[in-house]
Amino acid sequence: MKIVYLDNNATTQVAPEVLEAMLPYFHDLYGNPSSMHSFGGQVAQKLREAREQVATLIGASPDEIIFTSCGTESDNAAIRSALATHPERRHIVTSRVEHPAIKSLCANLAGQGYRVTELPVDKNGLLDMEQLESSLTPDTAVVSLMWANNETGVIFPVEKAAALAHERGIPFHTDAVQSTGKIPINVKKSAIDMLSISGHKLHAPKGIGVLYVRKGTKFSPFLIGGHQEKGRRGGTENTPSIIGLGKACELAARRMEAENTAVKRLRDKLETALLDGIPQSRVNGDLFQRLPNTTNISFEFVEGEAILLLMNEYGICASSGSACTSGSLQPSHVLRAMGVPFTMAHGSIRFSLSTYNNEEEIDFVIEKLPPIIERLRGMSPYWTSVAQACVSA
Amino acid sequence: MWEYTEKVMEHFLNPRNVGEVENPDGVAEVGSIACGDALKLSFKLDENKRIKEAKFKTFGCASAIASSSALTELIKGMTLEEAMKVSNQDIAAYLGGLPQEKMHCSVMGKEALERAIENYQGAPAKETGAQIVCECFGVTDREIERAIRENNLTTVEEVTNYTKAGGGCGNCHDAIRQIIERVRAEAKPAVRPKLTTIQKIRMIEEALEREIRPSLKHDGGDIELIDVVGNRVLVATRGACAVCKASDITLKHFVEAKLRDLVSPDLIIEEVAP
Repeated sequence: MKIVYLDNNATTQVAPEVLEAMLPYFHDLYGNPSSMHSFGGQVAQKLREAREQVATLIGASPDEIIFTSCGTESDNAAIRSALATHPERRHIVTSRVEHPAIKSLCANLAGQGYRVTELPVDKNGLLDMEQLESSLTPDTAVVSLMWANNETGVIFPVEKAAALAHERGIPFHTDAVQSTGKIPINVKKSAIDMLSISGHKLHAPKGIGVLYVRKGTKFSPFLIGGHQEKGRRGGTENTPSIIGLGKACELAARRMEAENTAVKRLRDKLETALLDGIPQSRVNGDLFQRLPNTTNISFEFVEGEAILLLMNEYGICASSGSACTSGSLQPSHVLRAMGVPFTMAHGSIRFSLSTYNNEEEIDFVIEKLPPIIERLRGMSPYWTSVAQACVSA
Repeated sequence: MWEYTEKVMEHFLNPRNVGEVENPDGVAEVGSIACGDALKLSFKLDENKRIKEAKFKTFGCASAIASSSALTELIKGMTLEEAMKVSNQDIAAYLGGLPQEKMHCSVMGKEALERAIENYQGAPAKETGAQIVCECFGVTDREIERAIRENNLTTVEEVTNYTKAGGGCGNCHDAIRQIIERVRAEAKPAVRPKLTTIQKIRMIEEALEREIRPSLKHDGGDIELIDVVGNRVLVATRGACAVCKASDITLKHFVEAKLRDLVSPDLIIEEVAP
């Protein structure tokens, strides 16, 4: 069966160019970049290139790039470093809609006596900047806000938020895992101190991440070991993946604008057609402050897991914020923070596109999804009563 | 992704008996949209008082739809007396099993069946006097007690898997723990042989190791048995427990209750300085 992959916020296909760039570093050029022989040394040269490619994509200098194993490691390293370098401060500011890498970490730190402020969002998933400002205190050790939300694609004004923190001498971290490669990022023009990237969200492999740390920012390493990454992250470099990530960043920098026009057009086509073709459906999250590849749509009175499994029968891959897909019994914390009613939250589906999607695939989904929703609504006890209410009214 | 059996997927993709019976003899609706699943069951009897027709409408995931479909297939042709005996395990077994986290779907089927039969019999709702324990999902103590009894549940996590209770904010976890202890205490034979002190110490050490320390250690604490004098169990707290303000509550409500349950109902916990 042909796969229609619309789950790119979960993970992406490794770009063919990326794979090609990586392959020699598994078999022919497997040397350790730290070795004192040119067999290893030539790999070190390639790592320098990759570091430059990553730095260029986000407007950083190469020595501000630390390679890690994943976005979660980068997030942990950033927060723990801010706390370790400001031991007298015991307050963390974050939001209610963060990825579990930040959310669970902060909950864990709250259990260790840190005070955590989780800023609320409005019904469109947007932050109140005044509320952010008033939450900052001399005791605040770090502010961590995601650049773009993984479930809704909603973009936070992190540059403004970073400026507010900076004025007060508070380190600012952003989880930019979803935004890197999708929207322009220039850390040089912002007051962002630390920024997390995950390779597999931008067509590099899984198991490689980046933490950007601004020059001059106090840093305390998370993984202590060898002198790799200038002592800021011990452990032998994952050379093929670093080289792959470098290539992926180079591709993203080159293609971002063109891709986003094309990807956004397909996303908008899908969204409009589904909203038109399926009654009682709506988009979750702000329509404008949003990643170009993501749409999160709720289909009222049906349950997300059932939708996903019926789409799966056609090879269509997406995600849901319903309780049943998480196993947590509660629908997505992001949708709950936005006050999305339960009737909508349980039936939410996230479609996230990439440059590898085409028109034909989008047309296929537009054709297959309405009957799936109709079929599930035909089984739903709520849909009947709502439909009857509409007729009698 | 959940690992559903082929039978679950088959009933999800081709559900039997979807809809509502016309002029039903019994009908019931359980669950709610806030909870993420709901089931409306209706049935009709034939002249011999056997279930002639049973239909469902379900809002929920694949296993909720498959469980509803299985339920209607199971009860067709049964007398109401026979149908009353259908358990949630029967529904799960019919489907070749359900993931643990999805067992509540089978429990929802069983509940709908009972309510629908009560509706036919005109019996008053059995839940009078029941207290809501889990506010998030509106689960009562009666429902929790029954799930514990019928499925031999021993942990809060299992109760959540079967009833959803405790799956939201988590404020009711202590209450659920107490219900588990109460129900399991009832299940134990009332008369126990008198234990020698040596036997007691051995059983207490075993209970501490198996049932008590893992929970305490999870929160960074620990406990040590110092001595047993008659029914007095002298213990010292360690780690996080030693500095925790709530440690005497833990000792009374958790450690003592567990030891009474597992060793002897007369035991009294006393904390001594280490």
